[in-house]
Order: sequence, then structure tokens, then C-alpha cells
Amino acid sequence: MKLTGADILMECLLEQDVEVIFGYPGGTILNVYDSLVKYKDRIRHYLTAHEQGASHAADGYARSTGKVGVAFSTSGPGATNLTTGVATAYMDSSPVVFISCNVAENLIGKDSFQEVDSTGIMLPITKSNFQVTDVNKLADTVRKAFAIARSGRPGPVFIDILKNVTAEQAEYEFIPRKQHKAAGAISSLYERSLADFKIPSIDEEDIDKLVDMIRESEKPMLICGGGVVRSRAHKEFEAFCNLVDAPAAITVMGGGGMNGRNPHTTGMIGMHGSQASNIACDNCDLLIAVGCRFSDRVALDPASFAKQAKIVHIDIDRSEINKNIMTDHHIIGDAKEVLRMLNERLEQQSHTEWKKFVFSHPTETVYDDGGDTLNPKQVCDTIARLVPQDTIVATDVGQHQMWAIQHFHFEYPGQLITSGGFGTMGFGLGAAIGAKVGNPDKTVIHVAGDGSFRMNCNELCTEQYYNIPIITFIFDNRTLGMVRQWQNLIYKKNFSETTLDRGPDFVKLAEAYGLRGFRVNNQKDLEKAIVEAMESGEGCVIDCMLDIDEMVRPMVGGGSHITDFMRI
Amino acid sequence: MDKSNNVRRQTLALLVDNEPGVLSQIARLFSRKGYNIEAFAAGPTENPGRSRITIDVLADEPHTELLCNQLRKLYPIHSVKWLNAESSIYRELMLVKVRAESSERRNDIMQLANIFRAQIIDVSLQTLTIGISGDAEKLSGLLNILKEFEVLEIARTGVVAIERGIATINDESKESGEFSYGKNVL
Repeated sequence: MKLTGADILMECLLEQDVEVIFGYPGGTILNVYDSLVKYKDRIRHYLTAHEQGASHAADGYARSTGKVGVAFSTSGPGATNLTTGVATAYMDSSPVVFISCNVAENLIGKDSFQEVDSTGIMLPITKSNFQVTDVNKLADTVRKAFAIARSGRPGPVFIDILKNVTAEQAEYEFIPRKQHKAAGAISSLYERSLADFKIPSIDEEDIDKLVDMIRESEKPMLICGGGVVRSRAHKEFEAFCNLVDAPAAITVMGGGGMNGRNPHTTGMIGMHGSQASNIACDNCDLLIAVGCRFSDRVALDPASFAKQAKIVHIDIDRSEINKNIMTDHHIIGDAKEVLRMLNERLEQQSHTEWKKFVFSHPTETVYDDGGDTLNPKQVCDTIARLVPQDTIVATDVGQHQMWAIQHFHFEYPGQLITSGGFGTMGFGLGAAIGAKVGNPDKTVIHVAGDGSFRMNCNELCTEQYYNIPIITFIFDNRTLGMVRQWQNLIYKKNFSETTLDRGPDFVKLAEAYGLRGFRVNNQKDLEKAIVEAMESGEGCVIDCMLDIDEMVRPMVGGGSHITDFMRI
Repeated sequence: MDKSNNVRRQTLALLVDNEPGVLSQIARLFSRKGYNIEAFAAGPTENPGRSRITIDVLADEPHTELLCNQLRKLYPIHSVKWLNAESSIYRELMLVKVRAESSERRNDIMQLANIFRAQIIDVSLQTLTIGISGDAEKLSGLLNILKEFEVLEIARTGVVAIERGIATINDESKESGEFSYGKNVL
């Protein structure tokens, strides 16, 4: 069957069971958008306000559903507007295929209108990227891109298609996804020696060695990282945790990888980790980290991090081993499979004394009850009480993000959607839209700060137009809270350019976009607003007023020893 | 990259897809991870779809291992081999242009070149151009001697290397080699 490049692209998306695309049209991608109309009964397109919103929405969709997200953009500024979202997905290993078109072949290299070297720009922030210059290679390239995005350690892949390729015709044959392994160029990918298409076979000796180490250990500790979430291994991790009878901390990316209500949970570890987590990490004799990369926000000072302990690293990506922290033992493999094998071999352990010691330290920070004003824990607890337990939480970046992870108790992978690695302010609203589109039956809330929200609040129009009922909670302290906190503690209260004593009025802004807005100053109003928002079934913005000097506690300074808590 | 005392020249051999953009991906990785490429040589292989790249980099052993693992993640790269100095052969080609305006000088230089088994590949009334191939020591040996004369220009290809015996770069592929996922290499 002879089809145009644009039609081949749409057919290939159908091969991958893509149902949803987030995007923004423009000159070079017109052929694709022309073809999109023919497929609109099978593929829904969400037009965002900005390409960055589309990139975050595709990312949020991918993180919450575990499927591959797809975003479209045009050439030049369209592609560069995607980049922040691409880098965000890359740092957090989220499987997204970004597709952009470039100027036609005869215009390439001539500094044509809206021309940019987009594959060059995307190079350091994608798992792999492709430029398609021949329509006969289009289908194979798309198949390859999806295979790479979802295999091994997932990640974003970028495809740049020249405009003439989308108009030219080529022979297309539908190949079901299951048969891709044997088809065309992609088969060579599967034969390849180094790529991680084949699920790495796990070394049984490595597993047995770890089982022995656990048996010998008196003070074991676990860290649940983003790898547990990506591999959807929360049940296996919880079972493992119960078997080892060890305290388990989560990283920012690990939220949802471990049942937050399990009595072994010590909460977050690292810079804003709980006392219980950080002290346990400093006193354990065996530290088992699953799917975490010991970033500088967790292993604050690599030289002294868990120095007294044997460190075991379980990861799917070989290149993470000994990258930031030297380990004593490691297992390469998918977290789910590794944990399943460990659970099969390990018998029930008991560490009552050790747990007693760890849990004598607080796992959550208690804030002063300020009476008539709101405090962060109070906002989180009130939200958690009034929304369904399986509510998906998408956050922006800053103090509110830390509060959300500290005080919400996530139960399953994809419940927390946050930009942990790249720390992208303005990520939350787009991501929440993607999450709600992917999970129409679940309640989705967006936790934002006033600074983050101002960045990409334009996506409120997407939320309103497509009737995607998200409740946005703004932790509004009229400042860039996290930066102010650092200025407060490290820069002698020199609050340079962080005070947001200016518009907009978020309630009026919500109303301008056709949504409902609430401003709340106390517990009672907050409860009322949440109940009203839930009942309305519409998109709402709830502006929660907090004190400007509220801080995220506890805090350990960057590069400090993990138990050197600052006096706040 | 952390500074460490054990930094020395390491040679990596890469087997890569012969397609546009591969070189920039590799170069990008080196600069992003903070390594400087000391020498670089690329050329075709027995397989028309593949090229072989030899890269010299200054690094200590743990960092070289990390670098190899990062390289192995790039899709156009098929094999990465960290070559061992004892079990590999290194060759580099160097062309040196030396000022030699009298026949006495020319004779002196030609004799020295002979000792190094170098060849005179061009001659003019003012200059001699010497071509030499060998490992790094041999090349620097000749250069040291030629310092006595006026060296006008040097062109070097960068090192290419191959293992002794039956071992090849294809050995270290994931399905067959020692670098199989799941194998604990510590």
C-alpha cells in the first residue's frame, strides 16, 4: 500500500497503540496535521498553549500510564520549545517520543525560515535521536524510536522528519508490534550487542551473594529509587522490605515505589530527607539501593555517604554502577525481576532493635500550628483527607514539591509525578494534564508554588477547553520559597530578586480562563474549597496562602554529611 | 572528572555504524563527561556498514571503565574495547618536514631516518620530509633527534591499535563477551 510520509507516521503510531498526542502545529509539520484529521477517530490530539506544555503533558502521560508518550512540534522554535520537556524526561528516564518536522531537503543548511539543527540540539538530552531524510526509512525509524524509548532504562527519543518526507509516498505494510523484532532495520537493533533491548539476564550468583549479605547484616537499610517506579515493582519492593525487615527510604523519584503507609517507611532521604532516613543511612551496616543513582541530592557528600555500610546497588543501567558512589556489590537487571528473585530465595529476617532505633527519630516534620494561617503539612494533610486515596499528584519544583513528597503517602508507581532530576519549574500543570488524559477515572491534583505556577499557567486554557478537571493547589507564599530559604540560611537574608510581590491574582486568572478560583487562608476555607472543587467536577485553582518565611525542614546543606542537619 | 594520581593515556577501540552524526555523538559524550580526546583515528573496516574509531584519552582506570559503559549506551556504537597495553599493538603514522639546505644536512638526516627505519618521502633544495610509522615511543624518539634540526611541520594520524593473537573487537559484544549484562565485573 502506497502512503504519504505523514500517513505512514500515523499508521506507525497506531502500530504502537498510541491513542493520544500532545502538540502544536506549524509550517513544516502541516502535512502531518493534515493527515491527523483522517485518523481522529483513533488518535486524539490535544492542542496545548505552548510546545513546552505539550512536552510535559506527554511526559506526565508516560509516567502515569507506563506507556510511551508522544508530542508533536514544528521546526525551529517549535523544536527548541520542546527541549526543556525533553531534558526533563531524560533526567527522569521517562519514555516519550518527540516528533518534529524540519524544513524540506532543498532548504536544509540554508538558514531557512524556522530552520534549526534540532537533532544537534537534542543530542545530549535524548536516549537517541534520528533525522529522517528518506520516506522509505520512515516506518523503520519510528519503530526503532519507540523500541528504544521503552526498552531497558526508558528515556526520550527525538525524531526530526524533513517536510518533503511527509509529502512523498512510499510502500507501507502494517506490522504488528509483536513482530517488530523480526522486521526491517529494527531487527538489527535486537541483534546488537550493546543496546539494552533484551532484558538483561540476571546473574544468579549475584543474587545469592546479596542474599548472604542480607543474612549476615544486623542493620540493613533500603533505598527505593525511580527505577522501582519505572519498573512498576512496588509490590515486589514492599514484599522485599517486609522480608528483610529493614527501614526503607524513598528518593524524590522513588515516591510511589514503596507503599507510603507501610510501617517500614522512613520517608524521603537526602537534602530534605527525614531524620529517620538520614540517620538510618548513617548507621546501617548494609545499604541496598534499588534503581537509584545516588544523585548529589541524596548522596550529599559521596566520600562520607554510608561509609560504615556495605553498599549494594541494583540497577538496570550498567553505567550507573560506581558512577557517583563506589559500591561493594551490584546486580544489573530490571528491579521487578531482581526483587522477585531475591524474594524467592530470602527467608524472613527480623531486626526489631535496629528498627526501634531508626524509628525513634521522626519520619515527618511537625510544623507549628499557626492558628489562623496555614502551614504546609496542614495543607497536605487536609488535601490527603478529602481526595480519594489513589489521587495522582503532579508537582512543580520547589518547597511545595518537597512538602508534597514529605507529607503525602504515595502507594503506587505513577501516583507522584514530579521533575526530580532536572528540577523543571512549570512542569506540573502540563504533566497533570497528561496524567488526567491517561487516567480519566482518577482524580488528579496539581501541587504548585506561586513561582512555578506563573511559568506555565497558560495551560489552564488547555485544561478548560478539553474539560480536564484538575485541581491546582498553589502553595502561595509570594516568594520563590526554596531560593529564599537558601538566601535565608546561606546568603545572610539577602533576598535578591526572589520576592513575588506582584500579580497576577490567581483567582481572577483562573476565572479569566473559565475555571473556578478560590483563595484560602485557613483550614476551614481550605476544606470548603476542596469539597466544592471535588463536587464541581471542573478545573479549579485553590490559592493557599502561606507564610513567606516557611521553610522545608529538615535540611542538610549540599555537600555536607547526611546527618549534618541545619538548625532551622 | 575527578583528578586522580593514576591518570594515564588509555586507548579505546570503538566499532560504530558508518552513518552521519555518529562522530558528533561520541565527541559530545567525551566533552559532557569532562574528558579530553588526546588522539583520534577513524577508518573503514572489513564490514562496509561499520567504521572503527581509536581514541586516546587521559583518565584513571575507574573513570575509563565508566566512560566505556557510557559509550556502550550509544546506539550507533556496536563494540567498545579498552585496549590493554601489553596485549595490543599500536601504530601511528607521522610525517615530519625538516629544513635541510645543505647536502651535508640532508645526509645527516637521512642517516638518522635510516636508523629509525623511516622513509624520505619528499625532498627539495630547502627541505626533507620524513614518513615514519610505529608506536608512540618510536615516533617521539625520532622527534627528539630531529629537534637538533629545524622542524617545520608535523602531521600525525593518531594511534590505531589492534590486539595480538585471535582476540578481536567483536569478542566483547553483549551476547558473547565478558561484558554481558548481569555479569558482576567487580
